[in-house]
Amino acid sequence: MTAQDLTIDLASTTLRQLNQALHRLAPDTNQRYWRVLNPRGGHALAAGLDAPVKVEIDGHVGYYCAGMNKLATVIVNGNAGVGVAENMMSGLVHVRGDASQAAGATAHGGMLVIDGNASARCGISMKGIDIVVKGSIGHMSAFMGQAGTLTVLGDAGEALGDSLYEARLFVRGSVASLGADCVEKEMRDEHRAELGARLEAAGLAGTVDVAEFRRYGSARQLYNFHIDNVY
Amino acid sequence: MCGIVGLFIKSPKLEPELGALLATMLEVMSDRGPDSAGFAVYGDGRSDRVKLSLHAPGGADFQAIAATLEGQVGTKVGVTIRSSHAILEVPAERETALRDALGQGYPLVTVVGTGARMEIYKEVGQPADVARRFDLSSMAGTHGVGHTRMATESAITTAGAHPFSTGRDQCLVHNGSLSNHNSLRRTLRRDGVAFGTDNDSEVAAGYLTWRLRQGDSLKRALTSSLDTLDGFYTFVVGTESGFAVLRDPISCKPAVMAETDDYVAFGSEYRALADLPGIARARVWEPEPATVYSWERAA
Repeated sequence: MTAQDLTIDLASTTLRQLNQALHRLAPDTNQRYWRVLNPRGGHALAAGLDAPVKVEIDGHVGYYCAGMNKLATVIVNGNAGVGVAENMMSGLVHVRGDASQAAGATAHGGMLVIDGNASARCGISMKGIDIVVKGSIGHMSAFMGQAGTLTVLGDAGEALGDSLYEARLFVRGSVASLGADCVEKEMRDEHRAELGARLEAAGLAGTVDVAEFRRYGSARQLYNFHIDNVY
Repeated sequence: MCGIVGLFIKSPKLEPELGALLATMLEVMSDRGPDSAGFAVYGDGRSDRVKLSLHAPGGADFQAIAATLEGQVGTKVGVTIRSSHAILEVPAERETALRDALGQGYPLVTVVGTGARMEIYKEVGQPADVARRFDLSSMAGTHGVGHTRMATESAITTAGAHPFSTGRDQCLVHNGSLSNHNSLRRTLRRDGVAFGTDNDSEVAAGYLTWRLRQGDSLKRALTSSLDTLDGFYTFVVGTESGFAVLRDPISCKPAVMAETDDYVAFGSEYRALADLPGIARARVWEPEPATVYSWERAA
């Protein structure tokens, strides 16, 4: 198959056919670059990938794009709907426009980069993913975040980090309000190094000053953090 | 889950295509709401005349009904029949007489909307079928809203389908559910707002009608609903000259908007907007929670 063959136009191929073809790829496949045209807001586009391939989508995508991603790089040249990269395990998802609610929800690993804004509940219940949002994020972001990092170059909406576990939050702009048990924490050298690594991974090395960020995390005061409440 | 769409035309050259564009948007939202569908279109109209949008379960001989009503009301009654619905048009000052005669002679016929320009059509069935039955594609106008329903709050009936209209040239479509609709309905009834169903969304429409009657602008009426309505909602609202969108502060229900020089469009999902002309160059964004977005046509 030539590179020419790997341009898939969803005006003439069904989304299910595309996803099935992507799911059939072996780890050592030579079909490493896929370009997708006319996504038209379709759901679950390039979801469930499990091979080190690159899928570049020209246009806006709907719900759950690149959900459950493993190993693959998925680039959206447009906006993403609800739950982009939800439950991602590894790999990279890059949204060049805005992302809707619950971007990177419950994701265990990999990296999600959003060039625009992400709306409410960005990184909800994140379990190890690194999320970098170049714009701002909506309310209830990182709710119950367990692990991983959420880096925001813009502002954060209300109730940031509510009921947070161990996820680390770095925000450069303003925070409308902190959620229950979320507090601002000192930025020590180890945090600056971690933030710098995340920014570098997102292609922002040298363009953003880590000193401009503030760190937020769990105060660990909620019920489940008290040893007396362990059964 | 429901699907809602709305289109507000800014460039007159697109007005003849309003119905065709709205039909496409509605059909794409079928899997969000396969039970029933409905739409409101703001087309031609004169301020000294009024159009009543009627629904008769299973259809009716609207021509015969109109002929009988002409005698009772004492004026010519214009009639346009579309499937189970008909639009009756009379001089504005004869509206009460027409309503009275309808109520007495044809208790099974429901008035689903009233206005100088607004027409409402809604029916149980697949959205594409509903749009086809009413020939939505042929309709022209300045703005319109549509709804595909997956019923959660009340029965799957034509009366439970959206849009809901509780005031002249006013309509609302709703994705979500309200939890304080019963108490609010009682309050609004005392203040003279009439309701035809037990549906929660109709109460939202009624609340806006009441606020507009108090002299609020559409934007102000919607802003006050943030304090009054308890529940989940994304609303798209139409008035004779206005078009507005509001999401509740939690914003569980999805919403996408697009704007070009020619139109403002709303869809529960981007899919509903994907076929609009010039969408590739449109500004596409997700409306913020608890923020009123409104547009008004120049008088």
